Amino acid sequence: MTETVVRHNRIARNADRVGLGAMIVASVCLVALGTRWVSGPMVSVIVLVLILDLVGVLVLAARGGPEARRLLAPYGLLKPGMLWLALFFLAPVWSLIRISLSTKESRFSVNYDFNWAFENYSKAFSDFGAQFQRAFLYAAIATVLTIAIGYPLAYVIAFRGGKYKNILLGLVVIPFFTSYLIRTIAWSTILADRGIVVSAMNAVGLQTVLEWMHIMDNGKLLNTPAAVIGGLTYNFLPFMLLPIYVSLEKIDVNLVNAAGDLYSNASRAFRKIVVPLSIPGVFAGTLLTFIPAAGDFVNAQFLGNPNTTMIGNSIQDQFLKQNNYPVASAMSAVLMVSIATLVLLYTRIFGTEDLA
Amino acid sequence: MMRKRTKFGRIAINVVAGLGLLYLFAPIFFIIAFSFNKPNGNFNIAWQSFTFDNWLNPFAEKSLTSALWKSLEIAAISTLISTVLGSLIALALSRYAFKGSSSINLFLVLPLTTPEIVLGSSLATLFLGQNFIDFGMTTIIIAHIMFQVSFVALTVRARIRGFDWTLEQAAQDLGASPFRTFTKVTFPLILPGILAAGLLAFALSIDDFIITFFNSGSIQTFPLQIYGASRVRIPPQINVLASMILFLSVAILMTSTISGMRKSAEKQKNARKFNVLHRK
Repeated sequence: MTETVVRHNRIARNADRVGLGAMIVASVCLVALGTRWVSGPMVSVIVLVLILDLVGVLVLAARGGPEARRLLAPYGLLKPGMLWLALFFLAPVWSLIRISLSTKESRFSVNYDFNWAFENYSKAFSDFGAQFQRAFLYAAIATVLTIAIGYPLAYVIAFRGGKYKNILLGLVVIPFFTSYLIRTIAWSTILADRGIVVSAMNAVGLQTVLEWMHIMDNGKLLNTPAAVIGGLTYNFLPFMLLPIYVSLEKIDVNLVNAAGDLYSNASRAFRKIVVPLSIPGVFAGTLLTFIPAAGDFVNAQFLGNPNTTMIGNSIQDQFLKQNNYPVASAMSAVLMVSIATLVLLYTRIFGTEDLA
Repeated sequence: MMRKRTKFGRIAINVVAGLGLLYLFAPIFFIIAFSFNKPNGNFNIAWQSFTFDNWLNPFAEKSLTSALWKSLEIAAISTLISTVLGSLIALALSRYAFKGSSSINLFLVLPLTTPEIVLGSSLATLFLGQNFIDFGMTTIIIAHIMFQVSFVALTVRARIRGFDWTLEQAAQDLGASPFRTFTKVTFPLILPGILAAGLLAFALSIDDFIITFFNSGSIQTFPLQIYGASRVRIPPQINVLASMILFLSVAILMTSTISGMRKSAEKQKNARKFNVLHRK
């Protein structure tokens, strides 16, 4: 009798371990079921484990006393969302990698044989290497441009906005209340061959300069790499501007004034105080801009030509038009892994702790 | 000499910022202006003549209007579910110190650092070749909740970071039950954060194109409809509906900003009163 009470207490005291373990087990079960990793009678075993897992924690919460309930509470709050992410974020990544290593039975079949088909990857690199390069190049240029445009704007709002700060910040976000696609289509009309920008450039005589800079191509602005990069820059600008603004806004103006009192000139104060303190914002902004830009296909589709397609266009085309799921999945997996690697490297080099 | 240079720098940076703002608004002016255009043919891309016709018949394009309704429906359902799931996660992360919280923080950021095309295509491979759910409304809603949950959790967590949890203890010391403490103290205080996160999630859902594109089946959401039609025709109603959404969001933004400003003014006033009372 006493022995069971002691054991009971021990479980109650370690309820947090039980809660965490139960959440992990439930997630693994859902991933296994979702990806159809298990088959036949194993499915019912996994379902049984899942049910026992969920019920077991509830029983422990009901019978374990207030201490156990307090320890279990965070896991109870986390569980619904975490299990959703396990089933619809982790399991998909798993199944993506599985399909990327499978071969199709025939062109129109939906069945796949998982057979470590690494040729999907070599095909992805050999056929779509240029698109990979372009995606990373365009995204990198666009990221640099968003810093060039976003930083001064964020700086002016944060330090010179005064009481109009909130209104100015609102003005910056307003354009992004219109649909992403409509904005991009609007750009394609603005940059069109007989549109206002091209005519204005011709009138002022800037065309030759722009041609020399490889921004214009034979009098065209639309359907050039510059247009695609411009579109990416435009569409992801707020993701750069807002984090920079947040980090600039936190800076104590007295620090800059103190530098002035100590005979530092304005540009030196800016370089030594404002820039270092705004690095976390630039860092977060770079991630938030580069990642979506590298995977985008909308800008390349509406503003580019067949020679400016990015990897997103190829994935979309192979997946939805050619129904070539294995190669499309291989490209997706490569994109995911290379971005994860870049992010890790970047975090190691420039990393700041307060990212999320 | 030095002063002059600083002044010049000051003006230069203001000009750069002004140009940046102009760049941000260029397509917006264009979208609004062309909602008053009377297009010649199927594509509303060259200026012809001014007309109010499009604004008088904003819902003339049946397929576009029904797609917009579909998008609103999807956004409403997915926002409701994701706001609950995400807020619970945020509550757990900021209210309790527990084993594994740092890995969970990292896990929450993962969907945000994965390109949308990877999220969309991988989710489609999960739905492919199974016979429980067909591609359609359900798969779109599942997809939207998936990317909304992280946004909601991180937004709510950021908003309630400075929350004073001893208030809960105070309520319980005064004899409130845990349930009553939650409904009367905790929930009202974290509600603004939850509402802000919900608005963000709603906006993300309405505007999502890439992830939806991979998981939509035959359902047409507003962005998908525009994408599909853009090769054949671009009716001016697109501009009208886009302008309407824009004006509506601006109105919401303005009311919230003004009420926020009023509230902080009131707070200052109360603080001043308090000071005066105490000085006496």
